[in-house]
Amino acid sequence: MRVLAALSGGVDSAVAAARAVDAGHDVVGVHMALSRSRDQFRTGSRGCCSIEDAGDARRAADVLGIPYYVWDLSERFEETVVADFVAEYEAGRTPNPCVRCNEHIKFATLLDKAVALGFDAVCTGHYARIETGPDGTRELHRARDLAKDQSYVLAVMGPERLARSMFPLGDVASKEETRAEAAARGLSVSAKPDSYDICFVADGDTQGFLRSRLGSQPGEIVDGSGAVLGQHDGAYAFTVGQRKGLSIGRPAPDGKPRYVLSVEPVHNRVVVGSVDELAVQAVEADRAVWFADADDGTFACAVQVRAHGDAVPARASVRDGAVQIALDIPGALRGVAPGQSAVLYDDTRVLGQATVTAALRSPGATSGLVR
Amino acid sequence: MYLDHAATTPMLPEAARVLAEQLVRTGNPSSLHGSGRAARRVVEEARERLAAALGARPSEVVWTSGGTEADNLAIKGMFWSRRNQDGRRRRLLVSAVEHHAVLDPAFWMAEHAGAELVLLPVDGDGMVDVDALREELERSGDQVALVSVMWANNEVGTIQPLDDVVALARRYGVPVHADAVQAVGQVPVDFAASGLDAMTVSGHKVGGPGGAGALLARRGLDLTPVLHGGGQERGVRSGTLDAALLSSFGLAVEQAVGSRAEFAARVGTLRDTLVEGVEALVPEAVLRGPRDPSRRLPANAHFTFPGCEGDSLLYLLDSAGIEASTGSACQAGVPRPSHVLLAMGVDEVAARGALRFSLGHPSTAADVDALLAALPGVVDRARAAGLATVGTVT
Repeated sequence: MRVLAALSGGVDSAVAAARAVDAGHDVVGVHMALSRSRDQFRTGSRGCCSIEDAGDARRAADVLGIPYYVWDLSERFEETVVADFVAEYEAGRTPNPCVRCNEHIKFATLLDKAVALGFDAVCTGHYARIETGPDGTRELHRARDLAKDQSYVLAVMGPERLARSMFPLGDVASKEETRAEAAARGLSVSAKPDSYDICFVADGDTQGFLRSRLGSQPGEIVDGSGAVLGQHDGAYAFTVGQRKGLSIGRPAPDGKPRYVLSVEPVHNRVVVGSVDELAVQAVEADRAVWFADADDGTFACAVQVRAHGDAVPARASVRDGAVQIALDIPGALRGVAPGQSAVLYDDTRVLGQATVTAALRSPGATSGLVR
Repeated sequence: MYLDHAATTPMLPEAARVLAEQLVRTGNPSSLHGSGRAARRVVEEARERLAAALGARPSEVVWTSGGTEADNLAIKGMFWSRRNQDGRRRRLLVSAVEHHAVLDPAFWMAEHAGAELVLLPVDGDGMVDVDALREELERSGDQVALVSVMWANNEVGTIQPLDDVVALARRYGVPVHADAVQAVGQVPVDFAASGLDAMTVSGHKVGGPGGAGALLARRGLDLTPVLHGGGQERGVRSGTLDAALLSSFGLAVEQAVGSRAEFAARVGTLRDTLVEGVEALVPEAVLRGPRDPSRRLPANAHFTFPGCEGDSLLYLLDSAGIEASTGSACQAGVPRPSHVLLAMGVDEVAARGALRFSLGHPSTAADVDALLAALPGVVDRARAAGLATVGTVT
């Protein structure tokens, strides 16, 4: 097959490309340039958008003996990922830019351009497995190394794009194995640190980044009864479940820490309460993407709402593209915010993905439905 | 199929042989003993060869590490000398289509050394606007440190009206530098006859080795040194000379100039076939640079392909075994719209679809045939890929 290997400049994508070469594919490496003014993005080896990373990607391609190109997708990245990230926070929701990037850049713009240029598949260093089901359908599964599993951020791509994807690292036992393989192959990125933060937030300061885009919007921090507890500089900078950075002088009557329960952009208000009030018993989601049959109905599954969170048992009810997800154990999830991605699993298999529109609080929680 | 000779071209066999021969010899040309004297003789013979081939005196040759260093020395060295003589001379007149090796030092001088940079506009063919230069000199000729206009453009092949530029500048006593890296071996280049004060030459563009270049500097031209050290090259450019590299370089220039007329006629015919073929097979392709062959380098062809991105075209050609170039520099590998095309008035979207084909001494009709066989399919596919990246955003 003709395979386009997306090379971030990190160790995972380099080893994935090497494995694709070993498998006998005709591989071409492409580094996506996602920022116009590159110093806007982080420098150093922490992310995936620096000049060093482009150089590391090129070096890896040279070691593998494959052609290397840089594709400038910065305009599209700004439109579909960065601007959306800002708009979602402004609307009081909690976006996942990596999910958005997979949905609109990696497995959309990049994949579409690759297919148009005659490639059969795009290969990335994501940790996830692609299996063929009994009826021949392609299934997305969790990686063998559950600690590195990235099926959560990939679930948004849907089956057609999965059919054109290749994740050669799905069956590695651990990241150490990947690093050892990189070293054995003579790839200089073998010891490069992992990236964790959002690539376009240069210093990891998301609040500062949002403030630079949205400006200062002072407002009130209130409790469930509406009593004003403090001030903030912009409700957009808060996310449900957040504990730090509230700067409320007065302690809670019971002495327990306060958490953000909801963000109300219309009133520019942040509502806080106790950790118990974050407990969720059901989640509503829409814009569903299914790998399995998506007939209306109810089925048992496990739901995961964060990239590094646990999946908890639930029953999902589908109607007209919207999903109601009732947790088997109320309170098994805490602090679920609109905008988050809810991924439904059957054991290791991804069934589908939808975007959270509301979280129904557990009985005892005072503020009820969070939208 | 290699169609990127303007980037670099294979070494001439004789130049390669001389390089290998000399590489195993010992001797610093600055040393006084026998080995040093032998090396010095090699360097000086190379200097005489190069000077003779380009219409210069041997003493006017300043060896450098390449075209970029020679351009830096010209811009910075001439600017500083001229301003030291007269503090008012701070204006730096540079054509908007110069190579980055001229443009970037000029921008640097504006940022760090008090230069006032004036970019001279060009017409739609990339030809520098002589009237704009005249107005600039009439307005503030006594404040101009130097003028730098390339002999021929590396992207679109435009041969610049240097005679007019030199005549105008001379009227105001302003020295002129020209980057002749692309011109040598393609068009007649005579330093003395040109009236230039300084001229840049490079080794690897004419079939010589990489890492060798020269600035021809008219006798009496005051050049402030940029590299300081052992005082080689009249103290203008310090650094131990590499006898092997320079002997190979000198020979390559001599041979390239010696066979220039025959080479230009031969590749000019190939180039014309290439241009006619591209225009017949891909009618929407737009030839950039002058159509008149007398105003264009014979080995250069340059097109923009509407709806295509240069990097897609490059990849598809590369996978078909054809090596070409977008012609413009990358930033960290990211193709940027060419400053040359933008200066010519091409819009940014059209400029993204640029491809340069450049011929060299090994080029044959088979190279052109292979390109023409592959190109229509490549362009169709690149156009489809261009559409794929402008889908709707949800």
